[in-house]
Amino acid sequence: MIIYGVALLAICTLAGVIMGDLLGVLLGVKSNVGGVGIAMILLICARLWMQKRGGMTRDCEMGVGFWGAMYIPVVVAMAAQQNVVTALHGGPVAVLAAIGSVVICGCTIALISRTHKGEPLPDEDPLIPASPVAGGR
Amino acid sequence: MWDLIEKGLEHNGLITAFAFVGVVMWISVVLSKRLTFGRIHGSAIAIVIGLVLAWVGGTITGGQKGLADVALFSGIGLMGGAMLRDFAIVATAFEVQATEARKAGLIGAVALLLGTVLPFIVGASIAWAFGYRDAVSMTTIGAGAVTYIVGPVTGAALGASSDVVALSIATGLIKAILVMVGTPMAARWMGLDNPRSAMVFGGLAGTVSGVTAGLAATDRRLVPYGALTATFHTGLGCLLGPSLLYFIVRALVG
Repeated sequence: MIIYGVALLAICTLAGVIMGDLLGVLLGVKSNVGGVGIAMILLICARLWMQKRGGMTRDCEMGVGFWGAMYIPVVVAMAAQQNVVTALHGGPVAVLAAIGSVVICGCTIALISRTHKGEPLPDEDPLIPASPVAGGR
Repeated sequence: MWDLIEKGLEHNGLITAFAFVGVVMWISVVLSKRLTFGRIHGSAIAIVIGLVLAWVGGTITGGQKGLADVALFSGIGLMGGAMLRDFAIVATAFEVQATEARKAGLIGAVALLLGTVLPFIVGASIAWAFGYRDAVSMTTIGAGAVTYIVGPVTGAALGASSDVVALSIATGLIKAILVMVGTPMAARWMGLDNPRSAMVFGGLAGTVSGVTAGLAATDRRLVPYGALTATFHTGLGCLLGPSLLYFIVRALVG
């Protein structure tokens, strides 16, 4: 049943968010500490456990998969409700600080990715054409 | 007649949002194919359209929540709110290969720490250069450069003035937008084609929204790996900002 998958996802999300809030209280910060991350780890564990037991049906997977596929539209809706007007009124401090941190982080990512190269994902999508680095810099 | 339609749409806010976002996605995919010949992914265009609509909504209503302040599109607020966003992010973890995630363990942690400290240094330095010389303002703006949630949390904890807090939110928001839009373009240069680099990216670039949107537009399968480290980003920032980082700044500027 599809609802099993949706319920599994809901339980993992709730458990993660509550544990994140709890962690925030324990550490004395007014924030959720890694709640979504904890929820994701729970879901990965639940999936591994259920696959071993043979309890993971195709319908159940579809219940979770649907929400995974809805992710991009949800992000578009999220973007549409940001306070963009204030962000643009912030002036040069905000713009410069943002650009500066993005550039520095980008360089660090490139550096780490090149020195610690990981295995690329299998079955590449056609969206990565093999052309020289022209666009990068 | 229009009143009748408007009432129907407003009463079914979330459904209206689904239909509306669907149309936006469709337009974006067409634009991606026709205008950029697939070079810029449809998702990135859709997110930019979303941000432009947020600006339009904010300008019309003068509110804080972009398009969601327009009564007709109040459902956007629910669809893109924290609840469904977290639910959908967690769902993407379903495709994670546990063995891959384990491989990036240490490097992910290093990236996470660097991703908090580096933007903070940049933000605090630029704040200092523009005349915000006191420790509280510098820390708040620096924290804003980590994410737009860490900024106000730190500012509230330290008692910063409201314009400094607004500036720190703006910094984080612009950073998130830059990450969203810039990631697909810089993906190859940053070596973003494998789970490990996605986790490094998630830790360093911060802001769940920016990282996941950027990765979604690059290669959807990388989203969970980036989100896995990025979700700890805000928590770590909220933890370090008002404590360790503030003490360091205070020791430096007095």
